[in-house]
This record gives sequence, C-alpha cells and structure tokens, in this order.
Amino acid sequence: MLIINLIGLGLIVLIVWWFWLYQSQSTQVSDEQDNSEITVVVEDGIYQPAHISLLENKALKIKFLRKDASPCAATVLFPELEISADLPLNKTFDVQLPPMKKGEYAFHCQMKMYSGILVVK
Amino acid sequence: MNKPTDCTGHKNPQELIIEGASCASCVAKIETALKRIDGVDSAEMNFALRTVSVAGKVAPEVLIKAIETIGYNAKSANDSSDDELLDEKDLADQKYYTSLMRQVWIALGLGIPLMIYSIFGGPMTVETSLERGIWLIIGILCATIMYFAGKHFYIGAWKSLVNHSANMDTLIALGTGTAWIYSMVVVLFPMALPEMARHVYFEATAMIIGLINLGLALEVKARGRTSEAIKRLIGLQAKTARVVRDEKEVDIAIEQVLLDDIVRVRPGEKIPVDGVVTHGHTSIDESMLTGEPMPVEKTENDEIVAGTLNKSGSILFKATRVGKDTALAQIINMVKRAQNSKPPIGRLADIISAYFVPVVMIIAIVSALVWLNFGPEPTLAFAVVSATTVLIIACPCALGLATPMSVMVGVGKAAEAGVLIRNGAALQTASKITAMILDKTGTITEGAPKVTDTIVADESYTEKYILTAAASIESGSEHPLAQAIVDSALEQGIELEKTTDFQAIAGHGVEATFNGQRLLFGNQKLMLKNNVALNEFVAQAQQLADEAKTPMYLAIDNKLAAIIAVSDPIKKDSVEAIKRLQANGIRVVMLTGDNKATAHAVAKKVGITEVFAEVLPEEKSKKVAELQAQGEIVGMTGDGINDAPALALANVGFAIGTGTDVAIESADITLMRGSLHGLADAIAVSKATLRNIKQNLVGAFIYNAAGIPFAAGILYPFFGLLLSPVIAGAAMAFSSLTVVSNANRLRFFKPKEH
Repeated sequence: MLIINLIGLGLIVLIVWWFWLYQSQSTQVSDEQDNSEITVVVEDGIYQPAHISLLENKALKIKFLRKDASPCAATVLFPELEISADLPLNKTFDVQLPPMKKGEYAFHCQMKMYSGILVVK
Repeated sequence: MNKPTDCTGHKNPQELIIEGASCASCVAKIETALKRIDGVDSAEMNFALRTVSVAGKVAPEVLIKAIETIGYNAKSANDSSDDELLDEKDLADQKYYTSLMRQVWIALGLGIPLMIYSIFGGPMTVETSLERGIWLIIGILCATIMYFAGKHFYIGAWKSLVNHSANMDTLIALGTGTAWIYSMVVVLFPMALPEMARHVYFEATAMIIGLINLGLALEVKARGRTSEAIKRLIGLQAKTARVVRDEKEVDIAIEQVLLDDIVRVRPGEKIPVDGVVTHGHTSIDESMLTGEPMPVEKTENDEIVAGTLNKSGSILFKATRVGKDTALAQIINMVKRAQNSKPPIGRLADIISAYFVPVVMIIAIVSALVWLNFGPEPTLAFAVVSATTVLIIACPCALGLATPMSVMVGVGKAAEAGVLIRNGAALQTASKITAMILDKTGTITEGAPKVTDTIVADESYTEKYILTAAASIESGSEHPLAQAIVDSALEQGIELEKTTDFQAIAGHGVEATFNGQRLLFGNQKLMLKNNVALNEFVAQAQQLADEAKTPMYLAIDNKLAAIIAVSDPIKKDSVEAIKRLQANGIRVVMLTGDNKATAHAVAKKVGITEVFAEVLPEEKSKKVAELQAQGEIVGMTGDGINDAPALALANVGFAIGTGTDVAIESADITLMRGSLHGLADAIAVSKATLRNIKQNLVGAFIYNAAGIPFAAGILYPFFGLLLSPVIAGAAMAFSSLTVVSNANRLRFFKPKEH
C-alpha cells in the first residue's frame, strides 16, 4: 500500500512539474527582417509551434494552417492585441501582427484548449 | 479553375485585379513586367475587366510587387471572399458532423447492447474461462472502436502531453484508457486481482466515446446557429455589379469593381459597393444595416452604401469605397472582432481553465488513493471507477465556452438591431450604466434647426422682406442657427442680397448695413444694449422659448421689426426612448451649449429633469467626470465627432450615427440609426447577454464543482452512491451542449417593442 501511495504522490509531482513548471522550448523567429513569417499548424489539440519568440518592434505574420475540423480549432484569439481570426480548414490563413513591445502575448482558441505564447524580447 | 492552396508556388493560372490601368497602353506595360519575372510562363491582361491572368510558378506577392513597381495597384482575385469562406466553413462543419455521427453509431453500437446487458443483471465479471473468452473478444472489439471512433481523443491527448499541455482530449483518453486497460487486466490476468474486483468496464469505454462524440456533433450544429447574425451580414454583399466600362454596361464580379467605376443599379437590386449617386433618383431600404424601417430617398450627390436595397428607381453611381473598405465590410469586420473579444467577466473562467485539466488529473489520483486506502472491498475496482468518473465528468469546455458563445450571439443580435458593439468590455460596461448623458443637438433633436415662427412687429415690412434681410445678414455668420435662416430663405426662393459693415458681436448677435438700413439681429441683450424698445414682444419671445424654440430679434434702424424663432425639432421617438432608459433605472441627463430657457424647454418636452446648459464644447468631458465623481457609471451619447473627448472619457461612449455613416473608431458602441431607441436596445441587449453569460458561468462552475466530488464518491460514505462513468460521460457531453444552447436562446431576444 505504501508503494501505491508513493506512486500516486509521484504521479502528482510529475503532473505539477510536466504541465506547470517545465519551460517549453521556444521557436525563434528570424530577427533580421522587419516582417518575418512563421507557419503554425493547428492540429490534434496543439499549436505547433506553440512557443514563439521574436524581437521587439518587429511585425510578424503568422500563417495558420488548421488541420483540425473541430469548431474549437476554428478561431484564434490574441486578446492583448485585440486580434482574432477565423481559420479555414486545410488552408493557410495569414494573421498579421503589428510590431510589439517586450512582453508575453498569449494566443488561444475560444476555450483555451489550444494555447500558445508569443514571447517578445 | 482550381484555386491554389499553398503559397509557395502556383501551377494554375492566377488572376490578379489591376487598379489604375486607364489606357490600353498599360496592358503591354503590365504584361511585359510580369513576363520578366522568373517562373512566369505567360501573362495576359483583359483590359475590359482590368484583370490579368498569369501562368507559372510564382507566389502572388511577387506578381503584385512587380505590378506596383511600375505604378499600378494589384490584388489577387483568388483571395477568398467572406462569402466563400463561410460556405467552406459550413461544408467543413457538415463533414465533421457526419464523421462524428458515424463514430457515434460505431461506439454506441457496442456500448448500448452491453449497457442493456448489464442493466438487466448480466454479470460483468470474469469467473469462468468461457466468460474470459467472450470478454476478450469484446475487449478487442472495444479497442477497435476506440481506434475508429475515438482515435482523435488519443492522438490529441498524446500530442498535447508531449507538448506539456493538457486539454479535454487528455481527460477523455485517460478516463476511457484507464477503464479499458483495467478491464483487459481483469480478462487477461484475473488471478492478479481479488475476486470481487474482477469487473469489466468495456461498456463504459464504448458508451463514453459514443456519448462524447454525440455531444460534439450536436455542439457543431448548435455553434453554427450562434454565427447566424454574421452570416446574415455577409449575405448582404452582392456578388456581381453592373459597371460602365468603355461606354458599355458589363456584369462583373464584385471583387473586380474599382474605385471611381460608374455602377448601374436597377430597382430590386442590392447596392454592390459604397458610392455617390451621379444620375437618377430612388428610394433605398437601409433597414438591414440601420434597423430603420423607412426607406431613404436618394438623389444625385447622395451617398449610398453596399448591402442596402434599391427599391424604386434605376441609378448610376460612382464607387467611392470598394472591397474591404466599404461600410458593410467594416461593419462585418467589427462585429467579427467584437464577437471574439472577451468581457472581463470571462477572465476568471479563463484563469481556471488554464489550470483545470492537470488539477482534475490530480483529483482523480487523490480520489483513487483515498478509495485504495480507506474504501471498502473491492478497493481497486472502486478506485478505478472513481478515477475514471472524475476524469470523464470534468468539463473544461463548458467553462471555456460560457462567455464566448453568449458574446457571439449577443453582439450579433445587437448588430441586427443596428447597434455595433466594439468589444466585450464595452458590452459588459453598457449593462451596468447608471447615468446617461445625452447631447441635445443631433441626439435628442434632429440636429437640423428650422425657422418655425416669424412675428412681424413693424407692419411696414412684409414677412418676405424680413426674411430677406435676416438671411442676407446671417449669410455671413457661422452660427448654426444662422444656417437655418439662410436655408429657410433659399427654400422660399428668396435671393440673398449684399450687406456691408458686417460685424459679429460675440454672445449677442450680428450687425450690418442692408439696403441702406442698419440691421441688428440677435438676442435680447443686443436689443437692450442698443436701446431698442421691445415692449410686449418680450412676452411673445418668452413664450417661444418656453416652446423650446430659440427666438431672435431683428431691429431695422433701431426699431424692432420682427422676431424670428428657430427650432431644432425633437426626433419623433426621443420621448418614448428616454422613457425606456428611465424605466431601466438610468439617470438621464441632457447636455447642451444652448441657452438655459430653450434647454429646459426641450428637456421638459422629453421628460428629462437634469440639464447641463450653456456648456462649451471643451467642457463636455468635465460634465462626464462630474457624474463619474458622484459614483455613476456614465454613458455618453453624442455624434462621435464633436463629442469625441467626452465619449472617450465616459465609461461607455455611444456614437449616434445618421444612417450608415459609421463613426466606428470613435466610440465603444455605434448606433447606426439616429433613433434613441438604439440606445435603449443596446443597453437591453447588453443586459440580456451579461445575464446569459452569468447563467452559463454559474452553470458551468456548479456543474464542475458539484460533479467532480460526486464522481469521486463523496456521497458513498453517506448514501452508498457512486456515479457510473457512463452517466458521467453523458453529463459531460451535454454540459457543453447546454452552454451553447443557452447562448442560442439569446437569438430570440427582442428589445422591448417600440
């Protein structure tokens, strides 16, 4: 019984670490251009890449390619930037973001099941 | 023509629309420029349609750039219009629905017979080798179902897991996976478990997958209805336009209409783009955009907007705004943006849903451990059931959908009534407004003063002479009331004459020489200053002021000749609309630069008791601040141009439009028609939407807060009750559907009849 309890506690610690404490690898956007592009695939419950970093005061065009037919995946929101877009299925859809100041800008679907973050450095 | 779907290269001919090509010589220039690009096989321009067809493997951006460098503008004709995107979305949703329903039947095909078997007392245990064999076959069948009907849950769960995120798929995959793996252990290694714990849960796995897919399918259908309003707006766009090119009328696709094109619209047709009438006279139904039921007369030089309906005459008009610049396109854009923005009330749900899934996983583990440590026999079976049920019943979707679905329907509903809400925050604040400041001119009144009375005091002058003199002298003045007098004279066919020695006396009136006579035209102060005897006419002037008119005295050679009264008529439904606001418990205050007597008279007529009169334009925002300091949540309604600072300072700024001339950027909420009923409607819709959001949020919170402990077995020690995972699956599937359906109820919301 002790072993089972320890396994249970271990699982809880693992969940906390895996989902909350782990720092995701960031996909760096090319910093040479003033208006870079990156393709984000919307599929199987995740944005890929979901963690994007870029330099401040650079505009960014995100080409969303939605492959998930579920309606949850259809809308992407950038709440801080007041930008939203309806993504067509199996087609790229460009979302143009203005040059941004330093900070973190979340993007997610309406229910936050899909979620990603833009880190502006 | 197949539309290319990638951006890297195109084999199919691409069509570009060229702007600025005015002569046939441009054709060769554009074609040559395009052919020079590497990868372009051919480029052919159709001058009549101003389109060019390019074959070759080149991205459209490259082609557009090449055209721009030689001085023209170009855009891709392959860009999907809103209409096409919507059709594609409907098609994709329909396909998704069909595939989900197929999965529902596959899963329930096994789940329902097993459920019936267990309900009617069929043993779900593994005791004999025959039972083992049968359950093994069912277990494999169940795995096949999990693959064909639930693959998306498992792939989604795995992909999010490796990406350090968790979502609804994670919960479903873990829940059904646990039930299936446990059941397979029972079948394959019964001896490893105590006898009482040898229970299989294949029916739960199949039923949960079936029910959740069913919930998703019904949600797809219900969600389609939440975007009805935007579909209706997009549907207002015409698909083709009849333009005059090279002196011939040709029908072309709406995307190909260029600025300054002359467009023909016949009776019964939609206006395809925004423009100014150049020829003809007609009446236009603008109700679809403004909510104003009466058609509007349009003649030469009048503006018309895309999406409205030409009722009577055939007209020609010049295109002034096309494509994404038309008022309709901007309205669609704004509504879409607002539909996707979240009011602050949704923030808590957002924070919760960010942590929700891992927390539920932890609760499931804790629940299993509690059963294992303290539960009755068979502890292992109880632990598995409670963990599975906790994972399945938790529904982050209901919480996540609660706010956006209601905002989507509410903002759409408002747009249908001619009310454009800028974002979720404006929607939320509008529902809490306690005081409303109404600008008098143009908001309560028509904003177009007219001469109402001319009282001749000196019989030696005719009324016509009086009006000629007054209009001639006022033609030099910039005062808004002066315009009313000039307009009135012109309407009566009076020709204005020259005046000399014109002088404007601030706060008093004007003075000039007309026809050799010295004229004074202004208020009582001006007359007293010049010792003009007013006698009994003071009382007449007072009476006019009491009737909400502005009286002005005209003296000729220092002798009173006449009183001319000007009035800005009150909009016919202002009284009714203000009553609606007051009935909602809102303190209505009138604000005006006009004199106190007239201001109070207007206020009295419309039932307002609080008036800020003689307020200079730059002081308007101070009055807003004054009310805010009293603790009021202030709405300010004005024309959006002169009142911009006050609108910006108010908690919610309402710009009241005239027709479809939308001042989108200046206000939180734009009323497309002039009626103040729009204001009452806006507040009513906001209140209804907020109420709906609250119902959804409370529902979703209570559902999860009560459901999870119930699933974990909190009632078992007291009542011996433990929830079945199948019931949990059904509850979860229908909880998000309930949220979407409740939001859909808003579609039937009707602001009070007026």
